[in-house]
Amino acid sequence: MTAALEKYLKTADHDWYKQRLLGVMVCALAAFVVLFVRLIYLQVIMGDEYRRLSLNNRIRLQDIEAPRGLIHDRNGDLLVDNRPSFDVSIILKDAAPLDQTIAKLSRHLDMTSEDLFAKIKRTKGVSSYQPIVVKQDIGRDVLAAIEVHRFDLPGVDVNVRLRRHYLNEQSSAHLIGYLSEISSDELKSGKYEERRGGDFIGKFGAEKAFENYLQGKRGGRQVEVNANGQVVRILKTVAATPGQDIYMTIDQALQKKAEALLEGQAGALVAMEPTSGRILALASSPSFDQNIFVNGMSYKQWDALIGNPYRPLENKAIQAEYPPGSTYKIITALAGLQEGIIDADTVFHCPGHYRLGNRVFRCWKRGGHGKVHIIKAIAESCDVFFYQVGRELGVDRLAWYAKAAGLGARTGINLDREAPGLIPTAAWKKQRTGVPWQEGETLSIAIGQGFNLATPLQMAVLTAAVANGGVRYSPQILQNIVTADGQILYSFKPQVVGKLPVSKANLELVRKGLWEVVNGKRGTARQTASLEEIDISGKTGTAQVFSRKGQESMKEEEIEDHLKSHAWFVAYAPSAHPKIAVTVIVEHGAHGSTAAAPVARELIKAYLIDRGPDGLLKAQSADSLSLTQ
Amino acid sequence: MMFDRRLVQNFDWGLLLLVFLLGCIGLAILYSAVTAETPLPQKKIFIKQLIWFSAGLAAMVLTFLFNYKKLDRWAQPIYVVCVLLLIGVLFVGKYVGGSRRWLSLGPISIQPSELVKIGIIIMLARYYSKDANTQGFTLRELFKPFILVLIPFALIVKQPDLGTAMLLVLIACSMTMFVKIERRSLVCLVAFCAVSVPMVWFFLKEYQKRRILVFLDPDRDPLGAGYHIIQSKIAIGSGMIAGKGYLKGTQNALSFLPEEHTDFIFSVLAEEWGFIGSGLLILLFLILIFWGLKVAQGCREPFGTILAVGVTAMIFWQVVINIGMTMGLMPVVGVPLPLISYGGSSVITSAICIGLLLNVSMRRFLLN
Repeated sequence: MTAALEKYLKTADHDWYKQRLLGVMVCALAAFVVLFVRLIYLQVIMGDEYRRLSLNNRIRLQDIEAPRGLIHDRNGDLLVDNRPSFDVSIILKDAAPLDQTIAKLSRHLDMTSEDLFAKIKRTKGVSSYQPIVVKQDIGRDVLAAIEVHRFDLPGVDVNVRLRRHYLNEQSSAHLIGYLSEISSDELKSGKYEERRGGDFIGKFGAEKAFENYLQGKRGGRQVEVNANGQVVRILKTVAATPGQDIYMTIDQALQKKAEALLEGQAGALVAMEPTSGRILALASSPSFDQNIFVNGMSYKQWDALIGNPYRPLENKAIQAEYPPGSTYKIITALAGLQEGIIDADTVFHCPGHYRLGNRVFRCWKRGGHGKVHIIKAIAESCDVFFYQVGRELGVDRLAWYAKAAGLGARTGINLDREAPGLIPTAAWKKQRTGVPWQEGETLSIAIGQGFNLATPLQMAVLTAAVANGGVRYSPQILQNIVTADGQILYSFKPQVVGKLPVSKANLELVRKGLWEVVNGKRGTARQTASLEEIDISGKTGTAQVFSRKGQESMKEEEIEDHLKSHAWFVAYAPSAHPKIAVTVIVEHGAHGSTAAAPVARELIKAYLIDRGPDGLLKAQSADSLSLTQ
Repeated sequence: MMFDRRLVQNFDWGLLLLVFLLGCIGLAILYSAVTAETPLPQKKIFIKQLIWFSAGLAAMVLTFLFNYKKLDRWAQPIYVVCVLLLIGVLFVGKYVGGSRRWLSLGPISIQPSELVKIGIIIMLARYYSKDANTQGFTLRELFKPFILVLIPFALIVKQPDLGTAMLLVLIACSMTMFVKIERRSLVCLVAFCAVSVPMVWFFLKEYQKRRILVFLDPDRDPLGAGYHIIQSKIAIGSGMIAGKGYLKGTQNALSFLPEEHTDFIFSVLAEEWGFIGSGLLILLFLILIFWGLKVAQGCREPFGTILAVGVTAMIFWQVVINIGMTMGLMPVVGVPLPLISYGGSSVITSAICIGLLLNVSMRRFLLN
């Protein structure tokens, strides 16, 4: 009874709600009083001051550009820096009378008034208080002239902007990459939230890969300007955060040597430290001048780059896929040994050809190699020996070993647009073409022809693994990241990504063969790759570009240039304890032994022998040339 | 009872007139905001807003045609649909400026976070009207409404739309305070918040802390929010007492006031119409708020009362936050000014709110 009564008394009735509402009204009123008071403060008490500030929109924002991080080589030599450039801009609202100002400005800038107006018209939609850049990168003479006539040029402003500058024209262009103006698609992509139209971002190479470290953060200031648009007071400043400096793993002198060696040819060179995966040099030829991407290029320059049949913009070391040719015999040999198909004593007879059904597969040496064992087969690159090994292995077992060595998949190097290469399997061909695998194709695969494709970088990683005893390192180009105040944010660490699935003894046999290639009596590169001072091991390769069926008697020299075979050479040195692994490809170089092997030899020589007492490589100079002789 | 004459007799013409007046002011300022001093007049925006107003009118009529008491029964389905829409936004929503708030339905896109405000108001009105008593709600009783608000809140934070999420909490808190929290529970709640807020702060990441600090104090971001607030204050202050005259605003010029036709529309009005105009607008809003509370008072049953309070709270908070923000009193958040700011979802939501008030008002004498 009492409980029911109590409940009744506690029930929220209309009067109770009325009373609660009264409280709500008081709260609401209080909030609105605050709004009113604030409004009176702004409009009545502070009104005059704000009216003054509103004339000509006195409070404006100005950018403070963040200097982009610099790029060095491993020794600290500067590769890329920023240089100041002077951009002329105009703020329309401040530039009255516009016609006269433009006319005067046009005389200084050596442009017609019409050109200037056209530039201004193109930025339609921009607020008339926003500066419009009319000419970039004016020289110091023009700058001086404009500064002197400043009072005569209302609304005209000259801003210093840092421009990227690639110190060594054409050098490591593919590795370092370049900056260029952000596109509207990139702006819309949401990946560049801090960026604005007109900003420069890394578009290729390390500039792109390390964009987030290099770019820094833009700052700015709130300023009060006078009626002519000149700053009278800085109200607030947010300092820019400079980008972080990058140290690459490459050695600039070695890189230049590599580029000089490839000069005039289309091709690529990759040099790696076999014990760590550090890229020591990575060159692609022909090259291009990165600065034209920053400074703006003409249509003619662009057409010349795009139309060049030797594809200067392509980084052939990672983007181009070639049949590996006889360098692939390293894989066939390792697989054959490890699978027990051959051992050190297995001997095949090479009569100069190999018969499969009614097809005849030739050895490159017409007369044949006679009795061949594995070391001789590698040293003299006997095709017939590897036909037999490949045939017994079958395509899929061979592919398994190739993939275990890192072929057929991207190495994951920190560079854009890396190609994966291709290691065919029976299933792949069936799916791709609908036609089952033919045994004859296995023979081609075994000597690196046919469907096989590899990038020079993949071959370099493989070579480095053979060199260091079977460890596959991830190829890396980044040595250090250092903040503007000297803190090291990142330091290179070797990264093991796999192991060659072969026993020490088998690997040793192959290494012996590779030593014989350069140092043996009949090695395919004995005249072209050997050095007196140190032992080099390597393997030549000749990748056919077109099928020579029916014209087999044709000599390489008689073939048109663009149909000549690609020349490969993979090498490491010193043979016993390798410090460098090198891969060279020369497009249409005809023979690996003559076109590619000398390039690798010279590079190894530069790295291991031509060093000064400080341990650093000597730059390309007269005295380093004299050493070569 | 298909048609009851008392409905027409009791129709709240005064409220309708007030809303009509606010709508006209809104259109007039919008026209100025999108045409005056800009190199690219955006008349299309004005036309679109006219279309939205017509749609809003239809939504308002639809909202007061049926008896609001039916909403008591429909509360749960409405709530579920709202939450589903919010989940939909997270998966198939349109990205605009880094957040996913919009759901495209053919040619039009809607912002479910706007509708969810109404869904929550109805849901809470239903829950509170059942158990309200003069002692207030205990912590245990508040657990269910807490979860009801938490679900959409979390989904909106995920978009992310901090402003709307906060608004949701403010509306829910206002309604809860209105139906009263039991004294001991209130003390516990306040104590809990006092302890947990610094704890949460401790666990936040650096960039999250920075975002909240900028949110609370725009001056910390002088190149972004802080700059906008300065420009907005200049616009308002430079209007002085009489204003610069209609279509004569200068701060309005593109890029000086951000979102001048949505979030900063009050600055445009204050600049052109001065204290006389902006003071009048604030006064009109105050009258609107009191009118809503009067509707709540006039209603003789708890569901209608609490519903009217919830709807009024929503209008109140949006007005105070939006105008407060343009004057530098409040954090910078994307909360539109009801009936004034440009935007379809905002107009429709405001219209539905007004429709609900009219609905409760005209049926105050009807008994079940």
